[in-house]
Amino acid sequence: MKPTNVNNPDYFHKVVDCQWACPAHTDVPEYIRKIAQGEFTDAYIQNRESNVFPGILGRVCDRPCEPACRRGRTNESPVAICRLKRVAADHRDEDISDRLPLIPSKKNGKKIALIGAGCASLTVANDLMPVGYECTIFEALAEPGGLMRSNIPSFRLPAPVLNDEIGYIVDMGADLRLNHPIESMKDLLNEGYDAIFVGTGAPKGKELKLPGREEGNANIHIGITWLESVAFGHVEKIGKRVLIIGVGNTAMDCCRTSLRLGAEDVKVMARKPRDFFKASDWELEDAEEENVEIIVNHSPKEFVIENGRLTGMKFKQVEYEIEHGRIVHQMTTGEIIVPCDDVILAIGQDNAFPWIERDLGMEFDQWDVPVVDKTTFESTLPGVFFGGDSAFGPKNIIWAVEHGHQAAISIHRHCQAEDLTERLPVLLNLGSRKMGMHEWSYSNDFDPAARRKMEHVELSQRFKDLTTEVELGFTAEQAQQEVERCLNCDIQTVFFDDLCIECDACLDICPTRCLTMTPNVDKVDLLSQLKAPRRNQDQPMFVSEPLKQTKRVMVKDENLCLHCSLCAERCPTAAWDMQKSLFKFPRAIDHSDKHQNGKSPCQKTG
Amino acid sequence: MTYIAKPKIDLPGHRTNEIGLYTRDYEGVLSTLCAGCGHDSITAAIVQAFWEMSVPPEKVVKLSGIGCSSKTPAYFISGAHGFNSVHGRMPSVATGAMAGNRDLVCIGVSGDGDSLSIGFGQFGHAVRRNVNMLYIIENNGVYGLTKGQFSASADKGSKSKRGNINQWKNIDSVSTAISMGGSFAARSFSGDREQLVTLIKAGVKHPGCAVLDVVSPCVTFNNHPGSTKSYSYTRDHYHPALQTDFVPPATEIRTAYAEGESTVVELHDGTKLLLKKADSGYDATNRSGVLRYLEQQRARGEVVTGLLFINSELPDMHKIYDTSNKPMKDFEFEQLNPGSEALAKLQNRMR
Repeated sequence: MKPTNVNNPDYFHKVVDCQWACPAHTDVPEYIRKIAQGEFTDAYIQNRESNVFPGILGRVCDRPCEPACRRGRTNESPVAICRLKRVAADHRDEDISDRLPLIPSKKNGKKIALIGAGCASLTVANDLMPVGYECTIFEALAEPGGLMRSNIPSFRLPAPVLNDEIGYIVDMGADLRLNHPIESMKDLLNEGYDAIFVGTGAPKGKELKLPGREEGNANIHIGITWLESVAFGHVEKIGKRVLIIGVGNTAMDCCRTSLRLGAEDVKVMARKPRDFFKASDWELEDAEEENVEIIVNHSPKEFVIENGRLTGMKFKQVEYEIEHGRIVHQMTTGEIIVPCDDVILAIGQDNAFPWIERDLGMEFDQWDVPVVDKTTFESTLPGVFFGGDSAFGPKNIIWAVEHGHQAAISIHRHCQAEDLTERLPVLLNLGSRKMGMHEWSYSNDFDPAARRKMEHVELSQRFKDLTTEVELGFTAEQAQQEVERCLNCDIQTVFFDDLCIECDACLDICPTRCLTMTPNVDKVDLLSQLKAPRRNQDQPMFVSEPLKQTKRVMVKDENLCLHCSLCAERCPTAAWDMQKSLFKFPRAIDHSDKHQNGKSPCQKTG
Repeated sequence: MTYIAKPKIDLPGHRTNEIGLYTRDYEGVLSTLCAGCGHDSITAAIVQAFWEMSVPPEKVVKLSGIGCSSKTPAYFISGAHGFNSVHGRMPSVATGAMAGNRDLVCIGVSGDGDSLSIGFGQFGHAVRRNVNMLYIIENNGVYGLTKGQFSASADKGSKSKRGNINQWKNIDSVSTAISMGGSFAARSFSGDREQLVTLIKAGVKHPGCAVLDVVSPCVTFNNHPGSTKSYSYTRDHYHPALQTDFVPPATEIRTAYAEGESTVVELHDGTKLLLKKADSGYDATNRSGVLRYLEQQRARGEVVTGLLFINSELPDMHKIYDTSNKPMKDFEFEQLNPGSEALAKLQNRMR
């Protein structure tokens, strides 16, 4: 096999599974280490450079990092990455204004319009204002935050947390215009902005057109619209018996919100078995802890109306035949009427752009959604950019943030009349963590501790009002134990083949047998030589140059490595070294000449 | 050495052997030898061999004397019995242990100083008595614990780390063992794991004193240009005289070899050793032929490895003394100690 090219930043990036899985590439192990050292503000700022909203995401992130976590491969639960983010946010200094990007007093003369004050637009503003742009944010509602405010209930995400983190961005000097819906793209284009960013989300909840829908309308609600009405105080109560249709994360928010508005019997009706649920496991657990009943294999058939009023819902009972995780056959076994007072539909949401005229030269696809470039986030109308859910449909906050970062780069290059596709590459910096003979500047000892459990407010206290936050956050002791569970995947095992004397010390000490020294043969033969079988083909595998003495090669299966440093400690010639990988993900400011003044994500090296 | 313990971790893919143990059940405490020491490689080979042979740890006795090599029994099979004896006296303790309990699997680990200098006499007599044990000599050519003086196995003309030339001829443990009347003499290299594991297994199964000299580079004092026990010198002059296949009892020999190219040695328990010749005409059962061959290769500076000599028919210590098949430790106290009357009777016979 050919030697692995470790100069490609992707190789080491993939080893840091959490960072690779995070759309915004948050340097998780580094901020966890900072928490371990009690440097909460540093940890917060480091988070903010990637994901902009650490306090918010520390509560409600979709956590793509956790299923990816290496700890999960050691027969244990992943590190509570998301909740540790909250620890950094909860314990940061009161005033962090001196750590935020500097805003130049002299602007660059370019004006940007941002539509919708949600996470995508706010990220764009966050990236562009330090470069000198003037940003105007138009928001239809009375408060900024978009979906984060209207759809995520405050018992999961308290308003002060939102206000703080949105405030950091607005206080950079953004012109935030509330209660200011944009009704015509054409008019906005005529206002002379240098670029327009659309971050309006996916605001249209999906409808369920079944018999009785219109007659029962008074008691049938669209999930996201209903959540918004609750968030802004327009709806304050709901019937005693509530059915939620759908089993995504919005459904979980709907059922738990219902309980706080007076419902006593809440059922979530799912069409398919549990393995097919869209909601995150932890959101399902939280709902079930509040005694929400989740009923599987019930497909809605009609709304039951008596005397012009909704009294229940009729379902088909379905059985599925499942092979290899896929439904191959289904059959209806019966029908049942479930009585209820209200039904909330939470079966998905769509983009909707009734306010964009179709004669502007902007191309729309077959689903009537604007065509958006996946790298530049530009629509086919130059100067108009999309991001967040409005770009490629509903995803989540952390994806919207990454869209915002990328769109900001495009907007900057557009305004400077530069090619949008010529973007800076990701940079990799490796620095040794060796402190002495057997000392490393990180906690390398494997800690077998189990994941700490997040404490919740007592059930009896929880439903008193809508704003009581359910999760209490980690205590100092919990945080201290949880940080030690991180395996420090960013401290990379770097191999120097010219130093190796082939003494086998690293192979013998490796607790997971992830290293092999073998004659260099083709891939199939080489895989059969590995000391531990290669179970995950998606994980990177390192193959060295031929070694000096025997021309064999060193092979490392990154899937299994615990980053315990024992290979490097046992190496007599320092052919293995433990080096911190630091990735530099370019932002708008790095594309400008302001990058000396602004705070770039990678000021620290080594 | 390292400060943190090797993590004990269950990963999918870790296998157990026939008696349900993982390889880590055959490991010991973390080594405190220098990083890269050949001895640690040998320790790992012992762990692998004993795990593959499914030897119950409590059936093993591990013994050593003094020296870097003699530290290593702490690093493997922590569930075994053990004795760390006086410098060079490991063979006496082994003889006593095996006299007392002939059912144990005995592994003695010694070094070139422990066996070829201070314990040379002890080494010779354990070989001569054919004590049923695996006698490993971890051979690095220097006294590592006392900062790298030449040992008795250092080759004449080889250079120390400070540049001094060795003036004395070396003692070769393999030819010494053969000329002492030994029944099993082999040499290997810590950097050749495959061969080493096979020879350890063969030595454990051999019914007698199996001397296994392993070239084990000292990375701190003897891994420099001019050394003849370094990783690179050993690899450059590496010369396997024959390849050994270990065939456990009740297993068929699958590979067929042309006549004259291989010899099968069958041990008492049914284990077969298939010796494949790398050098034509090499016969590991011909004592004088082997000694002549070793002398020739020594003149050429080759590091000859493999199961160089074997005679599994030579009687071991218990056979020579015609002792009981029942281990001595299983006898009742009265049987072993017939009392003062019987002693007086015995003494009277000698008056």
